Amino acid sequence: MKAAVIRFPGSNCDQDCHLALRETGFEASYIWHKETSVAGHDLIVLPGGFSYGDYLRAGAIARFSPVMQAVKEAAAAGALVLGICNGFQILCEAGLLPGALIRNRDLHFLCEHRHVRVEDIANPFLNATWTGTLLRLPIAHGEGSYVADAETLRQLNVGGRILLRYADGLGAANEAANPNGAAENIAGICNAARNVFGLMPHPERACDARLGSTDGRVIFDSIRTVLRTRRAA
Amino acid sequence: MKAQVIVMPKRSVLDPQGAAVREAIHHHGLPSVKAARVGKFIELELDGTETEAQIHEVCRDLLSNPVMEDYELKVQK
Amino acid sequence: MTEPAITPALIAKHGLTPEEYERVKTILGREPNFTELGIFSVMWSEHCSYKNTRLQLKKFPTTGPSVLVKAGEENAGVIDIGDGWAVAFKMESHNHPSAVEPFQGAATGVGGIIRDIFTMGARPVFSLNSLRFGPITETLPIGGDESPSDQSEIANRQSAIRKNRRLFAGVVGGISHYGNCIGVPTIGGEIYFDESYNGNPLVNVFCLGVLRHEEIARGAAHGIGNPVFYVGAETGRDGLAGAAFASRDLTEESREDRPAVQVGDPFREKLLLEACLELLATDAVAGIQDMGAAGLTCSTCETASRGGTGVEIDLAKVPKREQGMTPYEIMLSESQERMLIIVKKGQEKVVQDIFEKWDLPYAEVGTVRDDGMMRVLMDRKLVAEIPAAKLADEAPVYAREARARPTAEQLDLASLGEDSPQASHAALLQLLAHPSIASKNWVWRQYDHMVRAGTCVPPGSDAAVFLIREAGKFVAATSDCNALYCSLEPRNGARIAIAEAARNLACSGAVPLAVTDNLNFGNPHHPENFWQITECVDGLAEGCLAFNTPVTGGNVSLYNQSPAGAIDPTPTVGMVGLIEDEKHITRSHFQHSGDAIILLGELGQNLGASQFVAVMTGRKVGPVPQLDFAKERALHDALRSLIKSGLVRSAHDCSEGGLAVALAESCISNPEHRFGATISFGALGNNTRLDELLFNEAQSRIVISTTANNASAVLALLEWRGIPARRLGTVGGDALQISVAGHDLTWPLATLHDAWYESIARAMQS
Repeated sequence: MKAAVIRFPGSNCDQDCHLALRETGFEASYIWHKETSVAGHDLIVLPGGFSYGDYLRAGAIARFSPVMQAVKEAAAAGALVLGICNGFQILCEAGLLPGALIRNRDLHFLCEHRHVRVEDIANPFLNATWTGTLLRLPIAHGEGSYVADAETLRQLNVGGRILLRYADGLGAANEAANPNGAAENIAGICNAARNVFGLMPHPERACDARLGSTDGRVIFDSIRTVLRTRRAA
Repeated sequence: MKAQVIVMPKRSVLDPQGAAVREAIHHHGLPSVKAARVGKFIELELDGTETEAQIHEVCRDLLSNPVMEDYELKVQK
Repeated sequence: MTEPAITPALIAKHGLTPEEYERVKTILGREPNFTELGIFSVMWSEHCSYKNTRLQLKKFPTTGPSVLVKAGEENAGVIDIGDGWAVAFKMESHNHPSAVEPFQGAATGVGGIIRDIFTMGARPVFSLNSLRFGPITETLPIGGDESPSDQSEIANRQSAIRKNRRLFAGVVGGISHYGNCIGVPTIGGEIYFDESYNGNPLVNVFCLGVLRHEEIARGAAHGIGNPVFYVGAETGRDGLAGAAFASRDLTEESREDRPAVQVGDPFREKLLLEACLELLATDAVAGIQDMGAAGLTCSTCETASRGGTGVEIDLAKVPKREQGMTPYEIMLSESQERMLIIVKKGQEKVVQDIFEKWDLPYAEVGTVRDDGMMRVLMDRKLVAEIPAAKLADEAPVYAREARARPTAEQLDLASLGEDSPQASHAALLQLLAHPSIASKNWVWRQYDHMVRAGTCVPPGSDAAVFLIREAGKFVAATSDCNALYCSLEPRNGARIAIAEAARNLACSGAVPLAVTDNLNFGNPHHPENFWQITECVDGLAEGCLAFNTPVTGGNVSLYNQSPAGAIDPTPTVGMVGLIEDEKHITRSHFQHSGDAIILLGELGQNLGASQFVAVMTGRKVGPVPQLDFAKERALHDALRSLIKSGLVRSAHDCSEGGLAVALAESCISNPEHRFGATISFGALGNNTRLDELLFNEAQSRIVISTTANNASAVLALLEWRGIPARRLGTVGGDALQISVAGHDLTWPLATLHDAWYESIARAMQS
């Protein structure tokens, strides 16, 4: 299973993603943002960080980098695309996912472990778990408040495309469990074709028991399972 | 009554945001753009009892950081 | 452009004394020109030359079997951690820039220390920071009678509090901005609030990087004829003469003092970091040096001096951000994110390719020469010519006058208020809510403390623990200094700073390796301030010898004064240790109901220099607790042996706030689960008062928990090792209950947690 981690100037979770992919059974490589092809990869990961410094808006400059055209084409052809944190912001800016991520409600960067509730498992990213499962994952972002217009939110809900919601330790997706003011406690969504997934939490930081959680592995395990099935088919 | 405040980084102060925007514009296909600088635009709604001196004080002490930014105030009657 | 004439006034403005100016003339054999005067002034500032403290710093032990690069040789010391791996680490201050512009001052401080680390060829893996501010909450004891004449004083105090909050928020924001963006986790540190830092905050930042022994890079200009490259951000008029600025008292005029604040660009630095590490992995580099304080001046003359060579550069070739910059401005600029690289002749293309890949400016600006001169040209015209070694190494050295302060006022117990269970009950909550003791979650939640996937023990425990994956090593790090102790008894305070750092490492399961220090003091020309420096350095040196932890480098920051006076002496200690086995990693909070709670050390007595007295009365009175290094070492060895035997569930040192605060923190500091505890002291022991028992800060004490079954074995082992110990009680329930001398004190966990966890957020929202 071949996975590519895109490296933008300013990416800083690229090495963490690379490590998590290797440890969950992927063959991982890096692709520099100036490349124009992502061919030959089953999974493309857009890692967290501050691409191009995030100086205009998070992800706003990265969407124009040469590699993004190739990512769009690969996504259209059915490759799996996973955008984590800044990667999620880039996917929204690039139009691969709807909506946008704006500054956290209290205007501070926020880094801590949070619970997210799995909302849908009929997708390649969470099929190895169950709906309603609580995952304990790190978040680390200053611009993670998901916003979208009412119609988009309706479509996301109807289409089962909201994959993760922030929840408390008992599984209630309430205001108190919402770290950043995201609409409807949304922590992660997918596209209509269900092959592009963006999420604010960092599953790659939750793959090693020594760091306090292994709940992130389920995402990489799901992807591997789906790709193996695809390959066998 | 409205006041409009433009806060800009001082000319001599490094403006990484402006530099990044300039680079992005170049990559976007307009290499002739020589420089970009990024500041803030703040609009205040006034009830007319404020003196201009009071608004300047707010601009100087709160809205801008005189150590690294300049501001420009326009009051529309 | 005509340059200003060199007048006595201009010389004084550059911070050079008439005697120092004479020395400049002797070195040059002539009068300096304006550019040369500027160069001497920054190189001979305290910040670059340590002219007031060099004799003191010689007292530190700097050698040991694990030291690979000694203090003072390079940008940062390097320590062996085994299997061919090493760590480079250092602490540095950015106090004065942060006082003027807290966000950018702190941000560029982080950028500077990270550059120091990757200049050594190490990949930065984590940061800590040690911060001091004036009070952010009303500090006067509750119930004081305020007469109407105090009204203006109250207003002044409130205005100072607002200012301190702005500085605090700005500094934390700046560290968060720079550290998060560049992707180096900030995993710990310490923060204190005290009147003495009003108007003069301390921002000490620590960074640690990892490298292979063979990867150590040197900051020397070797190889006559090798080209000198400038890489990184363009030069602007940023922070002109910041080093000289950092070597003066802060005054009301300081805000107007500088032409341009340095602005940090963490994105640029991230690119510079990756490009430099990529370049250092090739064979193309003969020497590398970052441009920090005193920028191009310091990097050229230091590389030449270390290489025993000369360096010639042409300023016309330096990438510039602004038009019309003079040689003086270019040489003294402190623009961030720049490096000087001596490239092996013939390998220029390697440098060009890498820096083009990373979209970073670079330019060949000069050549290594054999004549020992630092020669600066502008468009091939000579603008400065100075013997490099003399400039770098022959700065004047001063032994300043030291005068001991009179012995601090000693505490009279009778002067304290009523000693009642009710008063002690309220005092614990007040101590936990005091910003110096309260949880710093408001701060570290703003820092990305998990990037690089190695943080095993996050901020909030006694020491942070980080897994350096490439090396397979667990490194523990802490920073410590109780400046209140240092203000009352400087030597003893400094000894305790080292002991506490070592104790924090022991509590996390680590063996200390080495120390970096950041000496923050007032103006050294005041004999009492200079006495504090000498006393603190003596204390640190004694501590380093006692714990076998050589000093690998650090930083001196003097002139930390505001119009109200000097700061409390603050010799901050950063200590790094190794944890042998993952199983030895120990946290500070209780883990299981039913576990036995055991105190290692004495119950202690005397409330001198305690936070209890400081918080309840606003007074700084002695005596400082006594410290016996032999006892302290035996305690750490005993704890580590218990940890290795798998007998310790949690370990937390007793420091500010004494035993009661240590117990409360052990109950409430686990973010996942809080545990109550039932504690019984029986009688008051040697103490005459209840508050004295609960809140005294006797040294060499650690609270541990162990399974109930192991409790007697632990006590027996401790007795056999000669460590005083007693069982205090049992973990469990939803309250901390302490019974002593017939009184029962009960604090519900929710009440303790709320006071401790929310206190800083509340102050910052108000």
